[in-house]
Amino acid sequence: MSPFRVPGRGRIDPDRPVAFTFDGKRVEGYAGDTVASALLAQGRHLMGRSFKYHRPRGPVTAGSEEPNALIGTRRGPGRFEPNTRATMQEIWPGLAAESQNRFPDLRFDIGAVNDAAHKVLSAGFYYKTFMWPRGFWDKVYEPVIRAAAGLGKAPSERDPDRYAARYLHTDVLVVGGGPAGLAAARVAAEAGQRVTLVDEHAEIGGTLLSEPQARIDGQAAWDWLAAERDALAGLGVRIMTRTTAIGYYHQNMVGLCERLTDHLETLPEDMPRERLWRVRAARVILAQGALEKPLVFHGNDRPGVMLAGSAQTYLNRFGVRVGDRAAVVTSHDSAYHAAFDLHDAGSAISAIVDVRTAPEADLLAEAERRGIAVLAGHSVTGTAGRLRIASVEVAATGGTGPARKIACDALLISGGWTPSLHLFSHTKGSLAWDAERQTFLPDRITEACHIAGAGRGFWGIGAALRDGAAMGAAAVAALGGEAGARDFEVAADRAGSGESRTELPRGRAAGKSRAFVDFQNDVTAKDLRLAVKEGMRSIEHVKRYTTNGMATDQGKMSNINGLNITAEALGRAAPEVGLTTFRPPYTPTTFGAFAGYHRGDHFEVTRKTPIDGWAEENGAVFEPVGQWRRARYFPQGDEDMDAAVSRECRATRASLGIFDASTLGKIEIVGPDAAEFMNRMYTNPWTKLAPGRARYGLLLGDDGFIRDDGVIGRLADDRFHVTTTTGGAARVLNMMEDYLQTEWPDLKVWLTSTTEQWAVIAVNGPNARKLIAPFVEGADLTPEALPHMSVVACRFDGLPCRLFRLSFTGELGFEINVPARHGRAVWEKLMAAGADYDITPYGTETMHVLRAEKGFIIVGQDTDGTVTPYDAGMGWAVGKNKADFVGMRALMRPDLIAAERKHLVGLLTEDGTTKLEEGAQIVLDPDQPRPMTMLGHVTSSYRSDAMGRPIALAVVMGGRDRMGEIVHIPMEGGSVSATITAPSFYDPENERLKL
Amino acid sequence: MLLIHCPYCGETLPELEFAYAGEAHVVRPDPSTASDEQWRDFLFIRSNAKGPHAERWRHIHGCGRFFNAVRDTVSDRFLATYPAGTPRPDLSLSEDER
Repeated sequence: MSPFRVPGRGRIDPDRPVAFTFDGKRVEGYAGDTVASALLAQGRHLMGRSFKYHRPRGPVTAGSEEPNALIGTRRGPGRFEPNTRATMQEIWPGLAAESQNRFPDLRFDIGAVNDAAHKVLSAGFYYKTFMWPRGFWDKVYEPVIRAAAGLGKAPSERDPDRYAARYLHTDVLVVGGGPAGLAAARVAAEAGQRVTLVDEHAEIGGTLLSEPQARIDGQAAWDWLAAERDALAGLGVRIMTRTTAIGYYHQNMVGLCERLTDHLETLPEDMPRERLWRVRAARVILAQGALEKPLVFHGNDRPGVMLAGSAQTYLNRFGVRVGDRAAVVTSHDSAYHAAFDLHDAGSAISAIVDVRTAPEADLLAEAERRGIAVLAGHSVTGTAGRLRIASVEVAATGGTGPARKIACDALLISGGWTPSLHLFSHTKGSLAWDAERQTFLPDRITEACHIAGAGRGFWGIGAALRDGAAMGAAAVAALGGEAGARDFEVAADRAGSGESRTELPRGRAAGKSRAFVDFQNDVTAKDLRLAVKEGMRSIEHVKRYTTNGMATDQGKMSNINGLNITAEALGRAAPEVGLTTFRPPYTPTTFGAFAGYHRGDHFEVTRKTPIDGWAEENGAVFEPVGQWRRARYFPQGDEDMDAAVSRECRATRASLGIFDASTLGKIEIVGPDAAEFMNRMYTNPWTKLAPGRARYGLLLGDDGFIRDDGVIGRLADDRFHVTTTTGGAARVLNMMEDYLQTEWPDLKVWLTSTTEQWAVIAVNGPNARKLIAPFVEGADLTPEALPHMSVVACRFDGLPCRLFRLSFTGELGFEINVPARHGRAVWEKLMAAGADYDITPYGTETMHVLRAEKGFIIVGQDTDGTVTPYDAGMGWAVGKNKADFVGMRALMRPDLIAAERKHLVGLLTEDGTTKLEEGAQIVLDPDQPRPMTMLGHVTSSYRSDAMGRPIALAVVMGGRDRMGEIVHIPMEGGSVSATITAPSFYDPENERLKL
Repeated sequence: MLLIHCPYCGETLPELEFAYAGEAHVVRPDPSTASDEQWRDFLFIRSNAKGPHAERWRHIHGCGRFFNAVRDTVSDRFLATYPAGTPRPDLSLSEDER
């Protein structure tokens, strides 16, 4: 056993040694140790380097608020985590831990030159230092800053762990398993409530784990704790350890992150690493205790300087003395007890320096009994020691006597206690300054919650127990139950009081004092004063300018000290200056916990058509369209996309192409007022459209801009089969429902999404009719009976079918709608029958090219939410004699009929070979000075097999009045010139539809 | 996550089932008589209230109905929900008086 381990002390298991590595060296601890306690047991405080100055640092705490002792932990490939708190990470055999922010090693770190340069690295140095010369930013400053920035290394491999998510409903959620939380849970559970108790540590107990001397109702603290734990379990209380309440959200939803495997040697199969719980609780009891506050003085950051309460925890919970010879500096009574415990465990206490002038008499007596010197009314003015504190410099405050040096290998500090009210602050609950306790306490409560124990400023185990029971009873009462108050008899309790201080009196000029407030971000008291001097007035500005409280501990150590020092510099009272905002999560939480199941294939739903399987088996290359995956093209042999698309286009125009159009949105509009509803929704007139006919419909927003389009068939007087764009289906139905429910509730119309009910197979090409004719029953396919833009209900291969004749390619075309479950069978029959016509399956890319050759728009590609029907050259689709339709009034607004609006046009590059880039900007004069006047941009661009050259669609200011004009498209390799044409390239007279 | 009371279903349900649908009580003017300014206001001008705000929600993954709500934009709390087409409740009155 190492000399710093105290036999018989702590809750570690001395019969179960556990070996792990730190920076590659073997360290032995015991089951129950954290990395920090195991290293401290070896006499080692140096565990990390600070962020900015790379100063050597050791742990200042024993909990999740730790700012200094941040490590990387590794468990095989992909399982590396940076910035883990050594004070929270439990050790297990084989754990590989490493220090960070140092090179080449922790004891000798090159980055520590920053420390020597601290004068130029003061508050706001980024803003001041890297401004000039301007040209240096890209090449010099930014790369150097990027290389130096960031704390810890981000893991580079895929995370092999799984993360889970669950919901939980509970009557009472108790956050914090210390005395207050235990008492509250007991009272609520005994009153019959469903109770959940969570604690971030490996076991419940909180303060009780660090204060075994207390006796509760006649029992030793740890015996009482064990009995209480059993009693709670017996009452059905769900006790969750290693579980951090990370955020408190609306209506009593609390987020919990449960860590399941980070402490285990072998990972159980099928167990997630972490589980994120969303807990909806009827009442929440926040019993999170208080955090000890550091004192601010020159050299307060050396390894070996530690909060007194944490030293007490290391001793009593882990059986580790943090030093052989400890000095104490405090403004609170509690540090005396840490000193006494350490003394009684065999460490020497070189002195207790109390910045207060008149410490409690009984504490002085206890010190005297142990032979410990107490220097009241004294202050620490400096420390010495390179990688570990070696001495403190002590002087009487306000006195004239010389400073004296006191040797020590640890310095326990205490600036008093701050209630841990982060979660309460998440609820926007307000805080009020309590002058007596010198701290902020909860004031206005906004959620169904109670704060118990030290969170309300009740120090000591007895007070916490009694308040916890009272708050448990209050929660029960709020839920309509009954529970009485409970008293506890607590002996050897250590409630105490103290004073809140700003920076301690200095022994040197203010400018030379390096008194750290935020250890992790290296913010000193001087930085805060400088920020005020340079004009920062709001605490939020001071925070951002200095980065005080912006480290991964979120200011748990630094907020109050930062506030006090800033308020002093501003000459205002601390409560007037106020605190910065606390935001979730309470402690850093893994991305995995938040992502949960939503990763990889589960990140988003992939919608597949009934024909998707055939496409996959036949080598389709897919692309995502909204949530759908659609076949983009079907390469043969070693064809690339251009070759495949050219072949598919050629085959369709020459003979026959087949296309899976099942993703088209489909809405069935039914009812006596269906035609009137259509008249009001779409720009087109519908009244006179005969059943059996179809029409291209254009849907606008009430702002007059194109929202969606699609072919709409009238099946009967009171029934329309509407199609929408693939991506727009849900939006369009929502918009229709909105108008129907809220603008025209008098219309008798019902809307039903039928997108997934129908498989849609589009066949296009001169041989399309010949292909389908043998399958069709109950419909006359002659051009006279079924002309372009018509629809007929019939049977197709014996199946019920809605057969549309329409064309999105410019060729003779049909869209065969059959019940979705038969989609693939019909497709395969058509493929077999089409062999005679060299039938060619094509994908969305070919569909895009074929429609672009005809100048048919794709909503969302050729339009962008600022395009009217007139801009798109589709004034013909706007009904001229309608009383109203969505968007009609807006189309009369002056700015929507202005002459210089952008119009949809065609573009043909002058050289006949260059394909323009979609999105490229269009200018009149490529030699004009920058920034150039832009006329519009390219919206669609393809190589056209039919035209034997590239073609493009574009929106160009006043484009329809510029036919034949040459415009220029400046690109990186030089400007490309192109001629403006009508937006239709192939068969402009539509002769091919007349088959 | 908020809990929202659907006035049609009569149940208080998780926010996930609902979709926001903009400010409530914005009247679509008669397009045959509305001036350019009136139509502009209908399209673009919103109250952007700090505090209680009447707004529309749709129980999109439930009954599908649009309804109105008064929500405090500072505290993000729902103060009332009520059917589409009914006036904004006077929240200074007690529940019985409304």
